[in-house]
Amino acid sequence: MWRRGGDRKCNHKVKELQLEDQVKREGRRLARVGASIAKHLYTRNCSSLCGVRYIQSSRCHYMQPLFRQHAFRILYKGALMERHNFLSTMTTNNTTEEGSEQEETISVTFIDKDGEEKHIKVPVGMSMLEAAHENDIELEGACEGSLACSTCHVIVMDVEQYNKLEDPTDEENDMLDLAFGLTETSRLGCQVIAKPELDGIRLAIPAATRNFAVDGYVPKPH
Amino acid sequence: MFHLGAVLETLYCRKNQIPFVYFISSLIIMQNLVIFRARLCRSFSSISSNPLSVCVVGSGPAGFYIAEKMLKAHQQAQVDIIDRLPTPFGLVRSGVAPDHPETKIVINQFSRVAQHERCSFFGNVTLGSSVFLSELRELYHVVVLAYGAESDRSLGIPGENLKGIHSAREFVWWYNGHPDGRNLELELKSTDTAVILGQGNVALDVARILLRPTAELSTTDIAAHALATLQESSIRVVYLVGRRGPAQAACTAKELREILGIHNVDIFIQESDLLLNPVDEEELKSNRIQRRVYELLSKAATTKTEHTSLNQRELHFVFYRKPDSFQESKERASHVSGVHFEQTVLKGVSPGKQIAVGAGEFEDIKCGVVLKSIGYKSVPVDDLPFDHKKGIVPNDRGRVLRDPSDPSHLEKGLYVCGWLKRGPTGIIATNLYCAEETVSSISEDLEKGGLMSSSVFPKPGTNGLLQLLHDRNVRIVSFSDWEKIDAEERRLGSSKNKPREKLATWDELYKTIS
Repeated sequence: MWRRGGDRKCNHKVKELQLEDQVKREGRRLARVGASIAKHLYTRNCSSLCGVRYIQSSRCHYMQPLFRQHAFRILYKGALMERHNFLSTMTTNNTTEEGSEQEETISVTFIDKDGEEKHIKVPVGMSMLEAAHENDIELEGACEGSLACSTCHVIVMDVEQYNKLEDPTDEENDMLDLAFGLTETSRLGCQVIAKPELDGIRLAIPAATRNFAVDGYVPKPH
Repeated sequence: MFHLGAVLETLYCRKNQIPFVYFISSLIIMQNLVIFRARLCRSFSSISSNPLSVCVVGSGPAGFYIAEKMLKAHQQAQVDIIDRLPTPFGLVRSGVAPDHPETKIVINQFSRVAQHERCSFFGNVTLGSSVFLSELRELYHVVVLAYGAESDRSLGIPGENLKGIHSAREFVWWYNGHPDGRNLELELKSTDTAVILGQGNVALDVARILLRPTAELSTTDIAAHALATLQESSIRVVYLVGRRGPAQAACTAKELREILGIHNVDIFIQESDLLLNPVDEEELKSNRIQRRVYELLSKAATTKTEHTSLNQRELHFVFYRKPDSFQESKERASHVSGVHFEQTVLKGVSPGKQIAVGAGEFEDIKCGVVLKSIGYKSVPVDDLPFDHKKGIVPNDRGRVLRDPSDPSHLEKGLYVCGWLKRGPTGIIATNLYCAEETVSSISEDLEKGGLMSSSVFPKPGTNGLLQLLHDRNVRIVSFSDWEKIDAEERRLGSSKNKPREKLATWDELYKTIS
């Protein structure tokens, strides 16, 4: 549904600049990826960004608030791919793709409205809303990740995992106010971005409640 | 459809495996193929002639969520959505403020539903004149009413009919280019003060549109006539008046944060109004929305406003006042010149149940415009049970009840969703859960056989409706017609740097699709 692929190359220059900005802001995370990102930027070699994975990941680029995370993801991925290339120069493009994918995904478990679990791999940098949609998990996304609704509400099942997330912004909290079945560990799926520390995170999609008009309703834990 | 047909055919073959094998052995391959084809056609026609026909009245969020859930839950369902307007999406188009484009993104999802092969949109079809409820119930197995609330609650106080007093709904329709809101006689040039009664999100939307710099509005999809009037507006002071206190304000944090942040608007909140009684404190403790709204209001009250320019506009939050009467202007007969308010105090000991009662002291606020944002009201149609006190259709989880006091007395095949079902509150997503509830009621009734099996009692469905509307010379607006309107609006908007320029009169809408 979000497959708007298209030609993104014309925007490369702009994106490069945005990526550069991004790196400045994401200094902390930059440290994790280390010199490879820096090298990637300085050489301005964006060819690896044009790979298949990049085009897939860019399908939601028109969702502005997600862009930041996307940009980082692309950068992160580009860097990792480059490192991979460096280590195994003999591999074909395809295996490079697969290799890098293995390195940069985390395991996420979605628990749907009926309590059924679905295990998926989510590339680092991707939001849980996108990840759910790519894997046919029924998570609503009425505003398509623009932080204007509360329909992608998920409950983080493990407090420790919840604490690893950055605090919700005022804007996210404003939307969480209106989420059904809000809990202490509720977040919006579009704002939870896969990062290595979150590997193994379990997210429950709140069951639609019969008495939805009642304030303060807390769904039973699954 | 093809997929479904193929699956059914496979099942059919399995069931009749033995005779089928005999059959094959006695025929040459070509004949076999011919028969297979014939069977395939039979299974196709049996599906297409006996679908579960569903009619949804109203194409706002409630209607579209019902359609989406029905299509998903029932593979044989054919869903027709009718709307009295030539344009779909209800309040997403004519309710959501023009400066909230993100909220309207849900239109993408609704459009995909409308384009579903088992879904049709028929605009310009009015329940109660183009077609009657009794007819729809004859034509369809399931009728879901989701036509919302197109009227307003009234205060019932003296002077309510004076000129210059409008409902917020009328004002919202006007700035959102609703074809019935075009002719609102709104004067914003002859006064500098507007009073808005109510403090919910609609009230905040209305206040924001009045106060926001028009340069910021000019790049939204606000109606051209509204923008022109607002550009000439002399409104400088807006009062948002509530009967109860800041702990009971009905708005949400997002909208409040937004209005508190408008450029060049000073916020006035009496600090004494922020004092909480013990019940208020209980309420805030148990209600996150109210707590966060209260915190924002307290912060705004204590932040010293900087009077930076002479053109500064003012927004006053006034609590504990209830309108007693409207005052008539001495200079302009039958025109409002102010509101007479009575101060209130809160009575009641249980949290969430405090009510405002008059304290016997009065004061006036002079103004030239009053916008009543005290709630929408649904309007019944013929042959529909209606609870006039609550302003909703009596229902049991979406099943329409003939008699509200007797839940076993159901109107078979008739359901409600959205504001008509639960009253005019909530956000777009509320309708998602509301629709899930109604659809699960429908599914339960279908399973129980309460709605009879569609194959035993075929209903005319879409074809019957189209025939009836054709006989009555109703010009149906299809979804592809709407796409023409949509394209035209976007085209008109692009030259003005707006996402769209809404066609705001019936004539323009009809002309585009003729």
